[in-house]
Amino acid sequence: MIGLLIDITLLTLLVGVAIAIARMKDLFAVAMLAGIYGLLTASFFVAMDAVDVAFTEAAVGAGISTLLMFVVITMTGRSEDPVRHKPLLALLVVTITGSLLIFGTLDMPYFGAPDAPIHTHVAPRYINDSMQEVGVINLVTAVLASYRAFDTFGEVVVVFTAGIGVLALLSVARRREDDAVIELVNDSMHEQHLILRIVTKMLIPFILLFALYVQFHGDFGPGGGFQAGVIFASAIFLYALLFGLSTARRVINQSIIRLVAAVGILLYGCVGVVSMLNGGSFLDYNVLSSDPIAGQHLGILLIEWGVGCTVASVMVIIFFNFAGRQEDNQKAQNEEDIDANRAL
Amino acid sequence: MTLDINTIVEILSGFCLLIGSFLCISGGVGILRFPDFYTRMHAVGVTDTLAAGMILVGLMLQNPDALVVIKLLMILVMTLFINPTASHALAKAAFHNGLMPVLDDTEILNSKERNKTTDNDLEPK
Amino acid sequence: MLIAATLAVLVAMILAIIRGIVGPTLYDRILAVNMFGTKTVLLLSLLGFVMGRPEFLDIAIVYALINFISVVGVLRYSGTFELKQPSAESKEE
Repeated sequence: MIGLLIDITLLTLLVGVAIAIARMKDLFAVAMLAGIYGLLTASFFVAMDAVDVAFTEAAVGAGISTLLMFVVITMTGRSEDPVRHKPLLALLVVTITGSLLIFGTLDMPYFGAPDAPIHTHVAPRYINDSMQEVGVINLVTAVLASYRAFDTFGEVVVVFTAGIGVLALLSVARRREDDAVIELVNDSMHEQHLILRIVTKMLIPFILLFALYVQFHGDFGPGGGFQAGVIFASAIFLYALLFGLSTARRVINQSIIRLVAAVGILLYGCVGVVSMLNGGSFLDYNVLSSDPIAGQHLGILLIEWGVGCTVASVMVIIFFNFAGRQEDNQKAQNEEDIDANRAL
Repeated sequence: MTLDINTIVEILSGFCLLIGSFLCISGGVGILRFPDFYTRMHAVGVTDTLAAGMILVGLMLQNPDALVVIKLLMILVMTLFINPTASHALAKAAFHNGLMPVLDDTEILNSKERNKTTDNDLEPK
Repeated sequence: MLIAATLAVLVAMILAIIRGIVGPTLYDRILAVNMFGTKTVLLLSLLGFVMGRPEFLDIAIVYALINFISVVGVLRYSGTFELKQPSAESKEE
């Protein structure tokens, strides 16, 4: 009863927020509502018992993507362009597609029906046998890191490719005097935010520790490499937001972080190659150790570690390059202001 | 009449949850009904932290499991640090960027028309 | 009592969303998002107890952290973070 009520409320709110996002012109408000949308989605996932997905959605959808949207908006402008064309044709296409999709759902089995195709092929084996075959309490980790390790490898490669793409498109060669000017701006900012700075300093160790907990607790509860990487990266974001990018660049060496991104994915691939050398198939952890279950544990630990390294460092790379662009813009504006003052 | 310890804990927990719920709703009404940003901030900033504290303490009393209590305690400590800090930063930023409190009754009556323009006035260059 | 508290938190979430959509200033929206985040943390903790799965608390912790980060981020990038001096002080000088 209460579950039904929560589901209905959350879904209604989702629709309301989505309509508000579509109708709003101020992009900052839109980005903030998108953050709320992420939180709502994640709450809904929790209500549906998909805890691991909710974890990822909370960290990525509500946290990091909102932050990146803000950075982009500061570079592109705050209000939406007025619509010049008539949206009738688009509306027609969307309505037809939507009604076709709804028509398609009529053929689908009911939610949670035991004879649904998704519950008849591999799912029973995952649920019944994973404890003997993999020996990991959290079923999601067993599926993600062992049964479907090759899919996960593909996902990590996608994340890595995104990092490379951002580097190729957005990275700018930096000069030392640029950093000096930016540092001046940041210093003046620091003086004004003493309380935020102190609280942040106290929080960051907890966030990093919590990220490690999520990384290694993934076998037993919700969590794993993806979530841990994002949480770890968000601690670094928080540092960069409050202490300035040039300070953060001194703490986090950019070439090392690029290396870590590559090493993470290399570790993942190497686990696969080693298991092939030991006589199994690619990413078959049973052969990594004399005992199959111990082999599974070792393999899952190593690949989660690789995933965590790659995700964290790619997130840091993306954020630093986005925010670096924004800071360059700001610096140019500041120089113009100084010139204007001199002219006066 | 004698009360055993479990009943007392149960009653305490229910009491905490009840106060937390009341504060939640009053904060929600406050953020919706108050006339300008600073009064809304007051409503939310005051009730939010205490409501979170009360509900979390109420939950702690419900469960004897040590790990769960520690996690709840972590959330509580983080809420106690984060909420006032965020409120402080927000109010400071709003005040320094020229958002003025509504001080007069007549202004409250006109605030609907007035507030419509504020979003554009505050837009950074 | 748990269920009553869950309902109260849901009502508060709805009210916060309305304020977030209505606005009118940027700060009202940030305030609404912040409140919504806190209420989501509470909702998740309560849901964990209602549904008998206390491991939901991990997610609640992440929310509390992410909430803070997004408030700092929004202040930093809305151009309102580098404070201008308030007019009262400049008058005194």
